[in-house]
Amino acid sequence: MKDFWHVINTLPQEQWPPLYSAIQSLILGGVIVGALLSAAGYLVLLERKVLAWMQHRVGPNRCGPFGLLQPLADVLKLLTKEDSLPPFVDKWLFIAAPAIIMLTAILSLAVVPFGQPQWLVVKDLNVGILFFLALSSLGVYSIVLAGWSSNSKYAALGGLRATAQMISYELSMSMSLLAAVMLAGSLSLNKIVEAQSSLWFVILQPLGFVIFVISVIAESRRAPFDLPEAENEIVAGFHTEYSSMKFALFFLGEYVAVVLLSFVISTIYLGGYHGLFDIPYIPAAIEGPIWLLAKVGFFIFFFIWIRATYPRFRYDHLMELGWKYMIPLSVLNLIATAVLIILFPTLGGHK
Amino acid sequence: MKFSRSVEKPVWESGTTNSLKGDRGIQGVNDVYWVKQDEAYDKIQALKNDPQRPFPTLFDIVAIDESERQNRPAGQDHRYTLQYLLWNPDRGSDKVLVKVPLEGNDPKIKSITPLFKNADWYEREVYDMMGVTFEGHHNMRRILMPDWWQGHPLRKDHPNRATEMPPLTISEEDLAEYDGWEMLSSGDSYIRRKDEDGNELMILNLGPNHPGTHGVLRIMLTLNGEYMEDVYPVIGYHHRGAEKMAERQTFHSYIPYCDRIDYLGGTTNELPYVLACEQLAGIKVPERATVMRVMLAEIYRLCNHLVWFGTFGHDVGAMTPVFYTFRERENLFKIIEMITGGRMHPNFLRIGGCSMDLPVGWQEPIKLFLKDFDAHVHEYDNLLVQNPIFKTRTRDVGKMSLADCYEWGVTGPNLRASGSKFDLRKVAPYCGYEGYEFEVVSHTDGDCCARATVRLGEMIQSARIIRQCIDLMPEGEVMSRDNRYAFPPRKAETMMDIETLINHFLAVGWGLDMPVGESFVMIEQPKGNSGYYVVSDGRTSPYRLRIRTPSFAHMQTLPALSRGHLLSDLLAVIGAMDFVLADIDR
Repeated sequence: MKDFWHVINTLPQEQWPPLYSAIQSLILGGVIVGALLSAAGYLVLLERKVLAWMQHRVGPNRCGPFGLLQPLADVLKLLTKEDSLPPFVDKWLFIAAPAIIMLTAILSLAVVPFGQPQWLVVKDLNVGILFFLALSSLGVYSIVLAGWSSNSKYAALGGLRATAQMISYELSMSMSLLAAVMLAGSLSLNKIVEAQSSLWFVILQPLGFVIFVISVIAESRRAPFDLPEAENEIVAGFHTEYSSMKFALFFLGEYVAVVLLSFVISTIYLGGYHGLFDIPYIPAAIEGPIWLLAKVGFFIFFFIWIRATYPRFRYDHLMELGWKYMIPLSVLNLIATAVLIILFPTLGGHK
Repeated sequence: MKFSRSVEKPVWESGTTNSLKGDRGIQGVNDVYWVKQDEAYDKIQALKNDPQRPFPTLFDIVAIDESERQNRPAGQDHRYTLQYLLWNPDRGSDKVLVKVPLEGNDPKIKSITPLFKNADWYEREVYDMMGVTFEGHHNMRRILMPDWWQGHPLRKDHPNRATEMPPLTISEEDLAEYDGWEMLSSGDSYIRRKDEDGNELMILNLGPNHPGTHGVLRIMLTLNGEYMEDVYPVIGYHHRGAEKMAERQTFHSYIPYCDRIDYLGGTTNELPYVLACEQLAGIKVPERATVMRVMLAEIYRLCNHLVWFGTFGHDVGAMTPVFYTFRERENLFKIIEMITGGRMHPNFLRIGGCSMDLPVGWQEPIKLFLKDFDAHVHEYDNLLVQNPIFKTRTRDVGKMSLADCYEWGVTGPNLRASGSKFDLRKVAPYCGYEGYEFEVVSHTDGDCCARATVRLGEMIQSARIIRQCIDLMPEGEVMSRDNRYAFPPRKAETMMDIETLINHFLAVGWGLDMPVGESFVMIEQPKGNSGYYVVSDGRTSPYRLRIRTPSFAHMQTLPALSRGHLLSDLLAVIGAMDFVLADIDR
């Protein structure tokens, strides 16, 4: 055991013995999955509370003090509801769809570094950003498959809208990320955070940051980009036919995605675990996670805030925004960054 | 009154006096023409295109079953009277009634749909309710009742109550016929299954249970991608037979039913009805009651527009405005509850005045509410209408030109959003609206965004009128003292003399025999212009009551407004239209 601690504290992750690496990944992964799922449950409560405050309402307050037991009640309710499988659906795809969304959302968190020590990231992949992009594109399949397999018109419309949305936003999202990658000189999220030790990328990449945040909200299919499930238009969109825990997986998947995307924004543009100042009396190993969680908390609030404020986009407007404005701007941002790096080679990670 | 059946002369120009005792003739329209069945089309065409005095709008088509009428002018023995109410909003709300006597049990008459687009639904309704067939109509089907309904409900020989009819059963064959795809029935002939190139189109039944349709409205759509090729609204799911009910209720006991026509409109529904009854009976309403009516009408206009604003925001995907406006509306309801005792259905107006006087200290809560209201309206404007996403979603969506508005019988804020300055409160004032200072809010774009802007402006003007009502409120009675038809009679005086006691006993226990006559009143409701046509046969209950509602006319324009747009725009159009299903189906 002593050896284990010694190894994972001193050696870089690539040089760990496979067994140690597996043990570390399993333990941290387990902690993160557990924390993430309960966080997602409480995020539902938080969202309802924050929305209620913004809308002159009280919000859930019946279950436990301040409604704190509401997530438990919700989970119990969803677990005990009838899990109906409509006769007209494509059975296997119908069941697979909600699993995919949870899987991709949770897996992406493996590459996010939580703090300075090596062992605070589940797996420091050297293609971390690519891994995140790949999984987030896969996540859309869940929506499309749900819409397709439901064999219902509203669900099909929802699935189609999700596809249109994905192709409009994946490009500008990855293009704005690419500029950050160029600054850091690495695809590894850990390296990107390290490159921000003196200057956060939000200052070097203001345009990229804005484009990325907008794309990320669109990726997460939340208001004002909640077209695939626009209730006034297409009832519940892709999950119209889902009930019970399968519906809950979509629901939780959305909130896990919110957490994940907040982590990614904070990591890539806001310096990740780097703080603005040292917090007194707190060990350095915990200080990183605290700063990171604070940033993540702000972005989660930001997501809810946006939802309370904006009306929904129409899907041709969304495509227009994506193709006519965001993609050209992100290309521009990429070129500007390249010029910047050539002029000032010491910027970012290019030491 | 003697009617000259085939001549065009207005009734009062015929120079004869009332032949029937207490017959008050036809009140509330400028001219009445009696026209023969086969000349009706030409007459209406001539009226529409009259160079001196054109009537560009068809306001309503009413059919009256005359078979049980007791007090008819000598020589009249036709079965139905079909009447077209034509209207010119530009010339001070000039109204003319074309009456066509129809013989036989199942009469036929030429359709006027080539003349007026909005005759479509009105003729279907007459066919549905009275069984008058319009020849040349492109879709002569039932509109409010289900297709399998037997008989025509507003005929006098149709039972009034379900208990007078055999229990409703649907046979297996019928069930099979209306199952699955055949549920499309009512729009079957209308909805295309393939486009011009032979590609199959997707048919989507939006509703009757759908979170975006504000009630039991069903819209059949054919979609090409998300573009709507055909739009076919199916109504009637909320039909309660309000007009038939009037024939069983006394004039007075029908007032609560009025509340339920446009259930967001409160007293603004009662107002045209009691005004029509008062016009029929010749009652002069005390000044205080009139000002109270105006105040309540404007408070309800605020209520209506607040609900509309919140739900419109929700329709375009903004979830917050609805909570702000409902908070505001709740405060208004507290005021209404203080004055009337009710909230959405106050049942407050009476024929001859109001049911009770204002409570002590009524001004304070209203002043308190109005203090910040204008600021709140600006807040709503900033929150939703000024939002760039909202603007892109509502600009150039659901556009309607002023000429089309006249053609379709669009009224109220929707008409004013298309560039008209027409407001009945200004053009043909009732209840002393000429004495109040307010502006008619108008916009020229004619799209959904303009409709939102107009209604927000109207809210500020309504608040202005309420402020003036508080200042103007005269002292005095709230119930007319000098008319035997004013209801309810004074309880306090019943113990003083036997005449009042008998009058009170008869009025309350039996109902009052209203004078014979017909009376029409239209007012500016929050949603548009609503008109009540009361036919009295000298009995305690209306012989026929026709309710013309704005939502019915507006819903009819839905295909014209939304065809070719995206599915998301349909919701924006519906939201901006401001309708209530109860108001459409009655």
